[in-house]
Amino acid sequence: MSAIVALIAGILFGTGLAMSGMTDTAKVQGFLDLFGAWVPDLAFVMGGAVLVTAIAFRFVLKRQAPLLVERFHLPTARDIDPSLLGGAALFGIGWGLYGYCPGPAVAALAYLDWQPALFVLAMLAGMGFRQLTAR
Amino acid sequence: MPYSLPLFGGILIGLSAVVMLLFIGRITGISSIIWSAIAEAGTSAWRWAFLVGLVTGPLAFHSLSGQPAPTPNASPWWLAVVAGLFVGYGTRLGSGCTSGHGVCGLGRLSLRSLIATLTFMATGIATVYVLRHVMEGAV
Repeated sequence: MSAIVALIAGILFGTGLAMSGMTDTAKVQGFLDLFGAWVPDLAFVMGGAVLVTAIAFRFVLKRQAPLLVERFHLPTARDIDPSLLGGAALFGIGWGLYGYCPGPAVAALAYLDWQPALFVLAMLAGMGFRQLTAR
Repeated sequence: MPYSLPLFGGILIGLSAVVMLLFIGRITGISSIIWSAIAEAGTSAWRWAFLVGLVTGPLAFHSLSGQPAPTPNASPWWLAVVAGLFVGYGTRLGSGCTSGHGVCGLGRLSLRSLIATLTFMATGIATVYVLRHVMEGAV
Protein backbone atom coordinates (compact mmCIF):
# COMPACT_ATOMS: atom_id res chain seq x y z
CA MET A 1 0.00 0.00 0.00
CA SER A 2 2.85 2.40 0.85
CA ALA A 3 4.40 1.61 -2.52
CA ILE A 4 1.19 2.48 -4.37
CA VAL A 5 0.97 5.83 -2.57
CA ALA A 6 4.65 6.50 -3.33
CA LEU A 7 4.10 5.61 -6.99
CA ILE A 8 1.23 8.11 -7.23
CA ALA A 9 3.29 10.76 -5.40
CA GLY A 10 6.19 10.09 -7.78
CA ILE A 11 3.93 10.55 -10.80
CA LEU A 12 2.63 13.83 -9.34
CA PHE A 13 6.19 15.00 -8.69
CA GLY A 14 7.47 14.01 -12.13
CA THR A 15 4.48 15.59 -13.85
CA GLY A 16 5.05 18.78 -11.86
CA LEU A 17 8.71 18.88 -12.87
CA ALA A 18 7.96 18.36 -16.57
CA MET A 19 5.05 20.83 -16.55
CA SER A 20 7.08 23.53 -14.83
CA GLY A 21 10.04 23.16 -17.19
CA MET A 22 12.43 21.96 -14.49
CA THR A 23 13.60 19.04 -16.63
CA ASP A 24 14.93 21.68 -19.05
CA THR A 25 18.48 22.52 -17.94
CA ALA A 26 18.39 25.76 -19.95
CA LYS A 27 15.50 27.06 -17.81
CA VAL A 28 17.19 26.10 -14.54
CA GLN A 29 20.51 27.66 -15.53
CA GLY A 30 18.54 30.66 -16.81
CA PHE A 31 17.04 31.08 -13.34
CA LEU A 32 20.49 30.91 -11.76
CA ASP A 33 21.76 33.47 -14.29
CA LEU A 34 20.70 36.33 -12.04
CA PHE A 35 23.15 38.76 -13.64
CA GLY A 36 22.30 37.82 -17.23
CA ALA A 37 19.12 36.91 -19.11
CA TRP A 38 17.22 35.88 -15.97
CA VAL A 39 14.44 33.27 -16.41
CA PRO A 40 12.08 33.56 -13.40
CA ASP A 41 10.23 30.23 -13.86
CA LEU A 42 11.93 28.39 -10.99
CA ALA A 43 10.80 31.08 -8.54
CA PHE A 44 7.18 30.22 -9.37
CA VAL A 45 7.86 26.48 -9.09
CA MET A 46 9.49 26.84 -5.68
CA GLY A 47 6.88 29.38 -4.60
CA GLY A 48 3.98 27.12 -5.60
CA ALA A 49 5.52 24.04 -3.98
CA VAL A 50 6.49 25.73 -0.69
CA LEU A 51 3.10 27.46 -0.48
CA VAL A 52 1.43 24.04 -0.51
CA THR A 53 3.86 22.34 1.90
CA ALA A 54 4.02 25.27 4.34
CA ILE A 55 0.23 25.26 4.70
CA ALA A 56 -0.46 21.51 4.56
CA PHE A 57 2.50 20.25 6.63
CA ARG A 58 1.21 22.22 9.63
CA PHE A 59 -2.00 20.19 9.62
CA VAL A 60 -0.35 16.88 8.72
CA LEU A 61 2.23 17.16 11.51
CA LYS A 62 -0.50 17.81 14.10
CA ARG A 63 -1.53 14.19 13.64
CA GLN A 64 -0.21 11.49 15.99
CA ALA A 65 0.81 9.35 13.02
CA PRO A 66 0.56 9.19 9.23
CA LEU A 67 -2.42 7.38 7.70
CA LEU A 68 -0.67 4.18 6.59
CA VAL A 69 2.32 3.67 8.90
CA GLU A 70 2.91 3.93 12.64
CA ARG A 71 5.10 7.03 12.77
CA PHE A 72 6.58 10.03 10.95
CA HIS A 73 10.18 9.76 9.77
CA LEU A 74 11.49 13.30 10.15
CA PRO A 75 15.07 14.64 10.09
CA THR A 76 16.39 15.11 13.62
CA ALA A 77 19.54 17.17 12.90
CA ARG A 78 19.37 20.76 14.12
CA ASP A 79 22.97 21.99 13.82
CA ILE A 80 24.15 24.41 11.18
CA ASP A 81 27.47 22.56 10.78
CA PRO A 82 30.29 22.56 8.19
CA SER A 83 28.85 19.41 6.53
CA LEU A 84 25.54 21.14 5.87
CA LEU A 85 27.17 24.30 4.54
CA GLY A 86 29.93 22.55 2.57
CA GLY A 87 27.57 19.95 1.14
CA ALA A 88 25.00 22.55 0.08
CA ALA A 89 27.77 24.71 -1.44
CA LEU A 90 29.17 21.78 -3.48
CA PHE A 91 25.69 20.73 -4.56
CA GLY A 92 24.96 24.29 -5.77
CA ILE A 93 28.15 24.32 -7.86
CA GLY A 94 27.14 21.08 -9.60
CA TRP A 95 23.60 22.36 -10.04
CA GLY A 96 24.87 25.54 -11.70
CA LEU A 97 27.38 23.70 -13.88
CA TYR A 98 24.76 21.60 -15.63
CA GLY A 99 21.26 22.67 -14.55
CA TYR A 100 20.15 19.39 -12.94
CA CYS A 101 19.40 18.74 -9.31
CA PRO A 102 18.60 15.11 -8.36
CA GLY A 103 14.82 15.08 -9.00
CA PRO A 104 14.82 16.61 -12.49
CA ALA A 105 17.86 14.51 -13.47
CA VAL A 106 16.00 11.28 -12.64
CA ALA A 107 12.75 12.55 -14.18
CA ALA A 108 14.63 13.45 -17.38
CA LEU A 109 15.66 9.79 -17.77
CA ALA A 110 12.20 9.54 -19.33
CA TYR A 111 13.52 11.31 -22.44
CA LEU A 112 16.01 8.49 -23.18
CA ASP A 113 18.84 10.93 -23.92
CA TRP A 114 22.39 10.11 -22.83
CA GLN A 115 22.87 13.40 -20.92
CA PRO A 116 20.58 12.70 -17.94
CA ALA A 117 21.74 9.06 -17.83
CA LEU A 118 25.40 10.07 -17.64
CA PHE A 119 24.60 12.75 -15.06
CA VAL A 120 22.66 10.31 -12.85
CA LEU A 121 25.49 7.75 -13.02
CA ALA A 122 28.03 10.40 -12.00
CA MET A 123 25.68 11.58 -9.23
CA LEU A 124 25.43 8.03 -7.85
CA ALA A 125 29.23 7.78 -7.99
CA GLY A 126 29.49 11.06 -6.06
CA MET A 127 27.03 9.78 -3.45
CA GLY A 128 28.98 6.53 -3.16
CA PHE A 129 32.23 8.44 -2.78
CA ARG A 130 30.75 10.44 0.08
CA GLN A 131 29.52 7.27 1.82
CA LEU A 132 32.95 5.64 1.48
CA THR A 133 34.85 8.63 2.82
CA ALA A 134 32.38 9.20 5.67
CA ARG A 135 33.46 6.06 7.52
CA MET B 1 -1.05 33.84 -17.46
CA PRO B 2 2.64 33.77 -18.37
CA TYR B 3 3.90 31.72 -15.44
CA SER B 4 0.90 29.49 -14.82
CA LEU B 5 2.65 26.28 -15.91
CA PRO B 6 5.61 26.74 -13.52
CA LEU B 7 3.17 27.68 -10.75
CA PHE B 8 0.84 24.69 -11.34
CA GLY B 9 3.84 22.40 -11.71
CA GLY B 10 5.17 23.68 -8.39
CA ILE B 11 1.78 23.09 -6.75
CA LEU B 12 1.82 19.47 -8.02
CA ILE B 13 5.30 19.03 -6.53
CA GLY B 14 4.05 20.42 -3.21
CA LEU B 15 1.01 18.10 -3.29
CA SER B 16 3.30 15.15 -3.93
CA ALA B 17 5.30 16.02 -0.80
CA VAL B 18 2.06 16.36 1.21
CA VAL B 19 0.80 12.95 0.03
CA MET B 20 4.11 11.35 1.05
CA LEU B 21 4.08 12.91 4.53
CA LEU B 22 0.37 12.39 5.20
CA PHE B 23 0.16 8.75 4.08
CA ILE B 24 3.58 7.24 4.73
CA GLY B 25 5.22 9.80 7.01
CA ARG B 26 8.17 10.44 4.72
CA ILE B 27 9.98 13.60 3.64
CA THR B 28 10.19 13.81 -0.16
CA GLY B 29 13.94 14.32 -0.39
CA ILE B 30 14.90 12.90 -3.74
CA SER B 31 18.67 12.67 -3.15
CA SER B 32 17.99 10.59 -0.02
CA ILE B 33 15.33 8.50 -1.75
CA ILE B 34 17.71 7.63 -4.61
CA TRP B 35 20.62 6.79 -2.36
CA SER B 36 18.60 4.75 0.14
CA ALA B 37 16.78 2.93 -2.68
CA ILE B 38 20.18 1.43 -3.52
CA ALA B 39 21.88 1.31 -0.09
CA GLU B 40 18.82 -0.10 1.73
CA ALA B 41 17.33 -1.96 -1.21
CA GLY B 42 15.65 -4.57 1.02
CA THR B 43 13.31 -2.10 2.74
CA SER B 44 12.89 0.35 -0.12
CA ALA B 45 9.83 -0.78 -2.11
CA TRP B 46 8.22 2.62 -1.58
CA ARG B 47 11.39 4.41 -2.71
CA TRP B 48 11.63 2.41 -5.96
CA ALA B 49 7.91 2.97 -6.54
CA PHE B 50 8.39 6.72 -6.11
CA LEU B 51 11.32 6.73 -8.56
CA VAL B 52 9.30 4.78 -11.14
CA GLY B 53 6.57 7.39 -10.78
CA LEU B 54 9.10 10.20 -11.08
CA VAL B 55 10.12 8.91 -14.54
CA THR B 56 6.54 8.06 -15.55
CA GLY B 57 5.25 11.58 -14.79
CA PRO B 58 7.15 13.36 -17.58
CA LEU B 59 6.25 10.59 -20.07
CA ALA B 60 2.58 11.09 -19.25
CA PHE B 61 2.83 14.88 -19.26
CA HIS B 62 4.54 15.22 -22.64
CA SER B 63 2.36 12.65 -24.38
CA LEU B 64 -0.92 14.06 -23.00
CA SER B 65 -0.09 17.77 -23.36
CA GLY B 66 1.70 17.53 -26.69
CA GLN B 67 4.49 19.71 -25.28
CA PRO B 68 7.81 18.59 -26.76
CA ALA B 69 10.48 17.19 -24.43
CA PRO B 70 13.15 19.79 -23.62
CA THR B 71 16.36 19.90 -25.63
CA PRO B 72 19.15 18.08 -23.75
CA ASN B 73 22.02 20.12 -22.31
CA ALA B 74 24.50 20.92 -25.10
CA SER B 75 27.55 21.10 -22.79
CA PRO B 76 30.39 18.61 -23.34
CA TRP B 77 29.90 15.15 -21.81
CA TRP B 78 32.57 15.59 -19.15
CA LEU B 79 30.69 18.53 -17.67
CA ALA B 80 27.76 16.19 -16.96
CA VAL B 81 30.22 13.91 -15.14
CA VAL B 82 31.82 16.72 -13.11
CA ALA B 83 28.45 18.30 -12.26
CA GLY B 84 26.94 14.93 -11.33
CA LEU B 85 29.84 14.16 -8.98
CA PHE B 86 29.42 17.54 -7.26
CA VAL B 87 25.64 17.08 -6.95
CA GLY B 88 25.94 13.53 -5.63
CA TYR B 89 28.72 14.23 -3.14
CA GLY B 90 27.24 17.55 -2.04
CA THR B 91 23.70 16.31 -1.47
CA ARG B 92 24.89 13.41 0.70
CA LEU B 93 27.29 15.61 2.69
CA GLY B 94 24.67 18.34 3.09
CA SER B 95 21.79 15.90 3.77
CA GLY B 96 19.52 17.03 0.98
CA CYS B 97 18.77 18.86 -2.23
CA THR B 98 16.17 21.16 -3.74
CA SER B 99 13.31 18.86 -2.74
CA GLY B 100 14.36 17.79 0.77
CA HIS B 101 15.76 21.13 1.95
CA GLY B 102 13.88 23.39 -0.45
CA VAL B 103 10.32 22.11 -0.86
CA CYS B 104 10.01 20.05 2.35
CA GLY B 105 12.46 21.74 4.72
CA LEU B 106 11.12 25.21 4.03
CA GLY B 107 7.59 23.79 4.39
CA ARG B 108 8.55 22.53 7.87
CA LEU B 109 10.08 25.95 8.66
CA SER B 110 13.45 24.29 9.32
CA LEU B 111 16.27 26.79 9.87
CA ARG B 112 18.82 24.17 8.74
CA SER B 113 17.01 23.75 5.45
CA LEU B 114 16.65 27.50 4.95
CA ILE B 115 20.41 27.94 5.40
CA ALA B 116 21.11 25.00 3.04
CA THR B 117 18.72 26.37 0.42
CA LEU B 118 20.24 29.86 0.55
CA THR B 119 23.71 28.30 0.31
CA PHE B 120 23.07 26.14 -2.77
CA MET B 121 21.16 28.97 -4.44
CA ALA B 122 24.12 31.28 -3.84
CA THR B 123 26.78 28.88 -5.14
CA GLY B 124 24.52 27.93 -8.08
CA ILE B 125 24.14 31.59 -9.03
CA ALA B 126 27.88 32.20 -8.59
CA THR B 127 28.70 29.15 -10.73
CA VAL B 128 26.44 30.23 -13.59
CA TYR B 129 27.90 33.73 -13.31
CA VAL B 130 31.43 32.39 -13.74
CA LEU B 131 30.33 29.99 -16.51
CA ARG B 132 28.48 32.59 -18.57
CA HIS B 133 30.00 35.95 -17.75
CA VAL B 134 33.61 35.24 -16.77
CA MET B 135 34.47 32.22 -18.92
CA GLU B 136 31.87 33.38 -21.49
CA GLY B 137 30.88 30.04 -22.87
CA ALA B 138 34.36 28.51 -22.89
CA VAL B 139 32.71 25.20 -21.95
